[in-house]
Amino acid sequence: MTAAIEFREVSRIFGDVRAVDDVSFAIEPGEFFAMLGPSGSGKTSCLRLVAGFDSPDRGQVLLDGSDVSSVPPYDRNVNTVFQDYALFPHMNVLQNVAYGPRVRGASLQEREKLAREMLDLVQLGAQGGRRPAQLSGGQRQRVALARALINRPKVLLLDEPLGALDLKLREEMQIELKGLQRRLGITFVYVTHDQGEALSMADRVAVFNQGKIEQLAAPRELYSRPATAFVARFVGSANVAGATLAQSITGAATPFAIRAENISVHGENAPAAANAVSAPGSVVAVQYHGAASRWQVKLDAGDVWSALVTEEAARSLIDLAVGARVKLTWPRDAAVLLSPASSGS
Amino acid sequence: MSLRAASTFFYRRPNWYLALLLVPPLLWFGTVYLGSLFALLAQSFYRIDDFTAQIVREPTLATYRQVVTQRANIDIVLRTLTMAVAVTIACAIIALPIATYMARYARGRMKAFFYVGVMLPMWTSYLVKVYAWRLLLAKEGIIAWVFSKLGLLGLLEAALETPGVGGPSLSSSYIGMFIVFVYMWLPFMILPMAAALERVPGSLLQASADLGARPAQTFRNVVLPLAVPGIAAGSVFTFSLTLGDYIIPSVVGAPGYFIGMMVYVQQGTAGNIPLAAAFSVVPIILIFAYLSIAKRFGAFDAL
Repeated sequence: MTAAIEFREVSRIFGDVRAVDDVSFAIEPGEFFAMLGPSGSGKTSCLRLVAGFDSPDRGQVLLDGSDVSSVPPYDRNVNTVFQDYALFPHMNVLQNVAYGPRVRGASLQEREKLAREMLDLVQLGAQGGRRPAQLSGGQRQRVALARALINRPKVLLLDEPLGALDLKLREEMQIELKGLQRRLGITFVYVTHDQGEALSMADRVAVFNQGKIEQLAAPRELYSRPATAFVARFVGSANVAGATLAQSITGAATPFAIRAENISVHGENAPAAANAVSAPGSVVAVQYHGAASRWQVKLDAGDVWSALVTEEAARSLIDLAVGARVKLTWPRDAAVLLSPASSGS
Repeated sequence: MSLRAASTFFYRRPNWYLALLLVPPLLWFGTVYLGSLFALLAQSFYRIDDFTAQIVREPTLATYRQVVTQRANIDIVLRTLTMAVAVTIACAIIALPIATYMARYARGRMKAFFYVGVMLPMWTSYLVKVYAWRLLLAKEGIIAWVFSKLGLLGLLEAALETPGVGGPSLSSSYIGMFIVFVYMWLPFMILPMAAALERVPGSLLQASADLGARPAQTFRNVVLPLAVPGIAAGSVFTFSLTLGDYIIPSVVGAPGYFIGMMVYVQQGTAGNIPLAAAFSVVPIILIFAYLSIAKRFGAFDAL
């Protein structure tokens, strides 16, 4: 099967910044693909290369098997939902949605019929006559979606589409987007810096850092088996032991990651359990989150780690306050060994 | 009352603070600006006695009747209006590519260069520029010289033979006057247009291309409609400045009177203040008419 999108050794360089640095990957047709990373990591640059707003300095971008590196955006069968929605302020909602067919030469009747269908699809059928400025953030988001989908693109690009919405609306839209993608069978490429969003919606996630892909995997694998220290920290904020710290804790210099929820906190003199690893330290802060609290502990070996303590486990720690001496312990097999090369980043 | 107490007083009472800020300029604006405008309006409802040359201070529409019924006066209004419309259209056409470049493409030094370049002519004396243009446009001036060197003198002469707008030389024709007007008011069109285009987010143009619009379609469907408020603002400047100007028509161009010259002559040598006042009301009416037409065509919808 031909990949919907393929990057072959693509680089995009601005001055001395390698925004995209020799990146290769392929996205399958119908896949929900997330590009995850902090700002400036290259994810949006990759999206712009797919949309055609930018062209690669090196390598090839392929859509459906053909090289589109020099094809302008208006000749690509790809549409984008912009971060700021980019709705045309001088057109009403219906005209905004009908814009794609309009510039492709559809008659007024034809394009308005199509636009109404798309507005119904995003449950905005009654809002066609309004101006974008009269809509709420969530409604604008849906208009942007309808406008991008009306050309029946093979690939829909979404650039942090939910970034401007509040938490509750964001969660509703996540479910809706995922359902829409399943119904339409279109390839979605979803750029976000929110790891929760990427994990909950995507079939596969590419984690970007400094213009490169650190790891490309399914969400579950990404979370349970991060390949690098960067991924371990960025996806689910794990505690990472670099070579030196690993040496002092386990005696071996292989870096590893351990999730906060796998660490338990004990008094300094608690007996060691079988098959457990432990590290001594002192409590820096305790943040109460309801079902659990997060304990920040400064290890004697240097780093500050966090442990997630359930309310039940917290009962035995009731007399421990900030500054108290504690011991962090975790089952030996809960630690994920990382590739040593990038553990420093 | 100490300064601190005064600060607290005004902080707690925003309306008092606003009053402190606004009352002095509003008094000035109200008395000097609006006051003189209404005095002018009032004058236009007086008339001059033809025998004594004295102003008759009784409300009458006689002076306005004079403006709208006498052939010479109608010609003056039409001549000025035609020039103002032509100058506005020409300024808009020339300004659009320049403003588009300044707002959307130029960066850093190039952008600064363009903004300074557009404003620089406004920093020199208006009269110097007008008289300089008279020399440039003269029969032996540099423009005629360039045309003759290029072997295009025939073209220039053909243009000057055009009935109505031609004349013995550029400096004594309506074509020459038109060129000077366009030159003078161009910055007033470029700057608001560039300001309007600066406010258009780049993502709108990307969205248009993304949805399949070629650059020409994007320009027509997105850039131009969003530049319209700027064009409208700029055209109010070029239109009203042309309607009111009396120096350019008296230094450059054919001998026919313009509204501004008429006001100048009537209130000065002729001493006919009511007629001068009635003529000054004409541009106000024309600009109101222009604005309401622009509004009807949706020029301010994107504001």
